[in-house]
Amino acid sequence: MEEVDVNPTVTNIPAIRHGKHMGFAWGPEDILVYETQFKASGPSLSGPGGSFIHKVRKDEDIHSPILRKLFNESHHIFVGLQTIKEDVPSKSKKPQFVSISRNYRSVIRACMEELQQVAVSTKDTEMATQYGNQVSILLAIELIWNLCEVLFIDAAPAGSLLLHLLDWVRLHNADADEKAKDVLQSDSPAEHHHYWDVVVSYVLQGRLEEARQMLAKQATRQPASRNMYKLMDGLLSKMPFYNPGGTQTLTEFDVKWRNWHEEVDRYLKDNSFSSNYHLELICKILVGDEDALLEQKELLSTWYHFLITRLLYCHPTVKPIELHYYAQSCLTMFLDSRSVQEPLDSILLAAFEFDIYLVIKDCSIVLNNWWFVAHLTDLLDHCKLLHSHNLNFGSNMREFLLIEYASGLFTHHSLWQCAVDYFDHCPELGRACLELQIERVPLDTERKALKVLRICEDRQMSEQVRSICKIMAMRALRNNRLGSALSWSIRAKDAAFATLISERFLQDYCTKGTFSDLDLIDNLGPAMLLSDRLTFLGKYREFHKLYGEKRFKEAAKLLLSLMTAKIAPRSFWMTLLTDALPLLEQKEVIFSADQTYELMYCLEELTSSLDTAAPGADSPMQEQDVEQTKVELLRLSLARNLAMAIVKEGTVDT
Amino acid sequence: MKPTTSKGDGGAADTSPDIQMRTGCVSMESAKYVSLKISKTRWRPVSHSSLQQPDIFATGSWDNEDNKVSVWSIGDPGSLGLEDGFEGDPQLICEHKHDGDVLDLQFLDQERIVTVSSTGAVTIFRHHQNSQTVSVSQQWPRAHRYPCDDAPGTGVACSSPEIVTVGEDGRIIVFRADHEGVVRVIENADSSTLHAVTYLRTTEVLTVNSFGQLKLWDLRQQNNSPSQVLSLSGDRVPLYCVDRHPNQQHIVATGGQDGMLCVWDVRQGSMPFSLMEAHSAEMWEVHFHPTNPDHLFTCSEDGSLLHWETASPSERPSFLQGGGSSSMTSRSAMAPAGGNQSIMSAWLCGDPSKSRLETTHMLPSQTLSVNSLDVLGQCLVCGTDGEAIFVNRQVPV
Repeated sequence: MEEVDVNPTVTNIPAIRHGKHMGFAWGPEDILVYETQFKASGPSLSGPGGSFIHKVRKDEDIHSPILRKLFNESHHIFVGLQTIKEDVPSKSKKPQFVSISRNYRSVIRACMEELQQVAVSTKDTEMATQYGNQVSILLAIELIWNLCEVLFIDAAPAGSLLLHLLDWVRLHNADADEKAKDVLQSDSPAEHHHYWDVVVSYVLQGRLEEARQMLAKQATRQPASRNMYKLMDGLLSKMPFYNPGGTQTLTEFDVKWRNWHEEVDRYLKDNSFSSNYHLELICKILVGDEDALLEQKELLSTWYHFLITRLLYCHPTVKPIELHYYAQSCLTMFLDSRSVQEPLDSILLAAFEFDIYLVIKDCSIVLNNWWFVAHLTDLLDHCKLLHSHNLNFGSNMREFLLIEYASGLFTHHSLWQCAVDYFDHCPELGRACLELQIERVPLDTERKALKVLRICEDRQMSEQVRSICKIMAMRALRNNRLGSALSWSIRAKDAAFATLISERFLQDYCTKGTFSDLDLIDNLGPAMLLSDRLTFLGKYREFHKLYGEKRFKEAAKLLLSLMTAKIAPRSFWMTLLTDALPLLEQKEVIFSADQTYELMYCLEELTSSLDTAAPGADSPMQEQDVEQTKVELLRLSLARNLAMAIVKEGTVDT
Repeated sequence: MKPTTSKGDGGAADTSPDIQMRTGCVSMESAKYVSLKISKTRWRPVSHSSLQQPDIFATGSWDNEDNKVSVWSIGDPGSLGLEDGFEGDPQLICEHKHDGDVLDLQFLDQERIVTVSSTGAVTIFRHHQNSQTVSVSQQWPRAHRYPCDDAPGTGVACSSPEIVTVGEDGRIIVFRADHEGVVRVIENADSSTLHAVTYLRTTEVLTVNSFGQLKLWDLRQQNNSPSQVLSLSGDRVPLYCVDRHPNQQHIVATGGQDGMLCVWDVRQGSMPFSLMEAHSAEMWEVHFHPTNPDHLFTCSEDGSLLHWETASPSERPSFLQGGGSSSMTSRSAMAPAGGNQSIMSAWLCGDPSKSRLETTHMLPSQTLSVNSLDVLGQCLVCGTDGEAIFVNRQVPV
């Protein structure tokens, strides 16, 4: 057995009395827990001891109404991603993947903003903390996703890599902007106590244009040091930035940047700014002085900000493969011995090391739902970044994570519909999972059943279609809605069940003497051919209709054919023959001689089979008598009819 | 005898099931995600005298642990003064818990909303516009039922103060608002499930069932049998929705399991007048535009919302005919020979070469079902299983 990566967390179930033993059962997403009467010594009693069953759930997020929007919206993006054509060379698909990645992130952001609003407006402090926690989780998710987008999906080369990383840091450090807003809204921004914080923050984030504008405000207040400010302004404006779209090569940029760097270093060395603490600090930052940077921990706030700032002012042409070296050293430098490395830090570090699998693995361990890892892994897989990483369980990692996520959705009362598309895009095990899950969706209404059926029919899951229709048909049958039941079995093309329902119709007819649900039986159409019994039911009803319309000849022909073509079940022959009686007794001859012979043959066949089957078995004497009289009557009528028919036919012939 | 166009029929190939959509997609405002699967959306009626656009709509949800009836506002179009008329998301005004799925929902009048539930209950909600709250004003629990179980109600039609509901139990029930009891029940009106009901005239209702039948019921008649039955021949495709032409009451449109749009003339024959390939899955709703009935809207389980536009032959220059017109085949034998073309509805124009029918997709690619739509004036609202509501304030009608 493999070792566990982290020790599992302990969850106390407060409802279980202290010292009692617990039993449990696995569910797809929850665990059912109950008290048992287990005793350490003596005869142990199995079975539950308390009267409650508790549901323990790992993933609460799925039940948050706001996060549901995340699930629904990302479902849409996911489906869009799957339809991107496989045959297009992956190079030209990169912009598409980047834009899909951005769509995912904007959904996360939208969700985060809504959660933040609710967290502020709610009066319940407990809820507020819960929302607050969710916000910080989403924040971390977005941060990781964005970094993965820059490093893996966009995969920017040296030069533009740093520009992307700068954007990443700026986006996730909103503090500077908030402070800047405060400062700029005050009466005299240059005197605001956060003024220098803002300027330094701008420089740390490489937002030099904004830093210069801020500095200009201070310069006008200190005419004495005007030259010094002018010098700094010049340095800031001259700092070269790589322009990926331009004609400049990376080497040319590097040379230019080195010249600038030396110039800044010169000014620092000849103490040009020594009279002004802040300007000297900025100058130190510009040359990438590590100690000066580390002094600004407050403003940097995170090690990865420190990393990017350090790269900006020391190694602006950093290559992707060199990142991990700087990342590791910055992390150690930034975190002093007291502070602990948090999971987020190691995930980001893994990303900088380009260890995609470690990123996904750590995220799976830390986060309490599969949404993030499933969607990110899927996107990375589409970018062809995951190479046949087979797990020793399930199929591959993408599929494993998608199925976990989708199974979670499936347990939800309403989100199960989204899950179907996820299963669809898991080629190996998706269908099997869907087959297992779809049958277990509770069907409260026909509307819901129809939707589930559509899902199954579109995927040719005939087994499931049959089972769902059968459930619905059985329910209709239980509620004595034969028509409804029949329409369900027709939909499933379930011949056996259609036969069963037809039997019920015929039974009803035999006991009541009238048909129920005529609107349906009269309009069976081609559906009649589904089962023999159903065909018989339809035809038999047709006979009654013809008879009712006094179209005796046609009725008689149909009746006879029901028996000779063996459509009618043998048990029903007596009823059919009895139905023939009034036709035989009509004044005019309806059954021809040949037809009468056939009728006689049918009667004999029936009586002989009855005789051999059980002569005087269980049926009471009275019933046998009735049967006997019926047969006698029939024989008499048949003989009379035969006589009339022969006479009539003879007359016509001559 | 078979209708001329039907799926699986040999003629299906030349009717080209994929209607060539002429425009990609009409701009629909962005989705509003509401964290509930929407089963019904309906505009609050506006008074006929004014040319006002609707601004309030109601939605019902289904398949959630707690279902709701919600009232939404899209803002007062007059007050904003923005030239593009684009005002952002619909805003939730108020909501009320609903027991069971909302399987149908209609406005009885400006203030009252009638729902039928999967529990079989029929409920009238009142929307108090002063306090912006919703409360239950009247309820008939278990109106639809089996002998020993609840039966889901499936459809409701209102002609204030009268309310007609149908259900899976095959019963038609007539209620009157503010009247405690049930006015009339037609037991066993159908042996299969009745899926939808609509008023044809004030005393006549039309129902559709799982067996592809339309039944006309004259509520003045005391016997419990339909005055007329129309049905699809061939496969009995279940019908799920029905709507009546607003001006010509004999014209009726239905949609069903195969996603086909059927137009019927209830005066003539017992078979559909024309069948048009529309959606690739169940059609859940069909609506004629209430004031411009040359336009029709349908939505489906396949996640699409279609806008159909038909034009009378005289209105179009002849060079526009031909290319691009969708497949519409009609039983030309049924078309009245001669007759006054101008009064005849374009929907019943028998000659396919003369009729022009254009269809437009109104939603961007969508995978989950569009369960309901409603159109009034220039405004259209629809709700989906993707838990989103879409509003379009500039429907080209």
